[in-house]
Amino acid sequence: MSEIIILADVNNNELKESTAEVVTAALSLGNNPIVVVPGTSPEAAANIAANYEGVGSVIALQSDCFATYDSAAWAEAIASVSPPGHLLTSSTSRGKELAARLAASRSATVVQDVIEIDGNTISHPIYSGKAHEKLALSGPSVMTIRSNVFKPAGSGGSATITNVNSSSDLRTTLKEMVAKASEKLDVSEADIIISGGRGMGTPENFEKLYNVANILGAAVGASRAAVDTWEEIPHSMQVGQTGKTVNPSLYIAVGISGAIQHLAGMRTSKYIVAINKDGTAPIFRHADYGIIATWEEALPLLEQELGSLLG
Amino acid sequence: MVEIVVLVKQVPDTNAKIEIKDGRADLSMIKWITSPYDEYALEVALQHKEAVGGSVTALTLGPARCDKTLKDAKALGVDKIARVDVSEGYIDSFSVQSMLAEACRSMGAEVVYCGKAAADTNAGSTGPGVAQKLGWASIANVTKIVFGDNSLELMQPAPEGQAKVGVDLPALITCDKGMGEPRRANVKGIMMAKRAVVDLIDVGSFEGNTSVLEHTSPPQKPPGKSYEGSEHVPEVVKLLRDEANVI
Repeated sequence: MSEIIILADVNNNELKESTAEVVTAALSLGNNPIVVVPGTSPEAAANIAANYEGVGSVIALQSDCFATYDSAAWAEAIASVSPPGHLLTSSTSRGKELAARLAASRSATVVQDVIEIDGNTISHPIYSGKAHEKLALSGPSVMTIRSNVFKPAGSGGSATITNVNSSSDLRTTLKEMVAKASEKLDVSEADIIISGGRGMGTPENFEKLYNVANILGAAVGASRAAVDTWEEIPHSMQVGQTGKTVNPSLYIAVGISGAIQHLAGMRTSKYIVAINKDGTAPIFRHADYGIIATWEEALPLLEQELGSLLG
Repeated sequence: MVEIVVLVKQVPDTNAKIEIKDGRADLSMIKWITSPYDEYALEVALQHKEAVGGSVTALTLGPARCDKTLKDAKALGVDKIARVDVSEGYIDSFSVQSMLAEACRSMGAEVVYCGKAAADTNAGSTGPGVAQKLGWASIANVTKIVFGDNSLELMQPAPEGQAKVGVDLPALITCDKGMGEPRRANVKGIMMAKRAVVDLIDVGSFEGNTSVLEHTSPPQKPPGKSYEGSEHVPEVVKLLRDEANVI
């Protein structure tokens, strides 16, 4: 019988919450999934994973190779303890890379960004979410599960933990870690995003977005038009088909017209607020709450209201 | 002489609207382009050759329409263009990884570049999968490269910031924006590309284990609420709290 394997999303021995969502996704494929928890000292993360409801067993996979990220070494170590069957992990950039490698090593198909599982039928977005593709699985697969889609598994389980030591050679050398320039939250990690477009007029005006973002604990994003126009707005902030695809609970688009390019990157946001002076802008057709106003008028009010509510 | 291979993919124009017809995305009226991140990969491959010498082959997998993408690459200055010939339609990721890995092996590739993800699938499965099949190191989402004789030094994003990573060849690198604007073709390049011949590569066929049941349009949201004038901001904030429960 083939197993269901979950590769836990772990960074520096810390288990990411998205793993609980992957557990839920795995349980729709079969019972008693095995969670593989990689780390240099994975015990604490393994204990949390063992508590997820429905988990069959946990493999705490200890290896020094997990001290730095090297996809070839990580995939080799993970593959060495993973029995045949479906393998699932979180749809992060590392998760997707490892999934692609593990699929190749298991001679399985990889399907990224899965949003629905129904027996042997799975769905995922293609063309940046402009369409969904429903696939039939006829054998073991490796899949990554898009975040904020499946409900996280509850706690209360008590799966057994097996400790395994492994070694694999690093193919790359970490020469230096350059810390982030600031503590600014990245759009791909944020649950609330406020983005500006070329309608913001100048890059300096993005400060007004940061004022609102600071109150909400939000990340600041940008449209491609803004990134292409101003070099002060880095590509890492770009939301859209050639930027980042985001799926936050709340997306606030300010001075963004809503080109297909941009919509492709944020249309699955749970709630969308649009602020634009042009009432005919396409973004309004996708907004749950549209405010036809200039940002100069709307943003100070938004900052004030949110400040008194949350500040 | 480094044997450099760059994987390029032809994709629907990223600005195109995707219509669904009879349960499949209708691509009959679509304008096809080179996937934007692959343009960065092409630029990097050409820079690699200029830095240390070598030969650059642009490799694609697809039907004959993809020759346009190869000729565009030729116009930019790659030495050779090659295509794994497959028919139109869905190809399982396992087959894609296997066929491209075989093609790279047959060309004697020592370094392979590709975009961090294709603009149609956004999957990013091909690069790391090919590296795994070849038994190579791979480094993803690279934004900066220093070319050595038999090694590379690269910048890649990490949860903590940016990692500076070194790797010996052979290696596969997936490219993000950041290596400078991709060069444009000049008239001489375009004329040369017209006469260029595409090498057709046969690597046999591979059987994956997925098949497409149907394509659908994403569910449409019900129309939202619209307000005219900034004086409605307080009302919307209240709705975000009480109706949407997101703040």
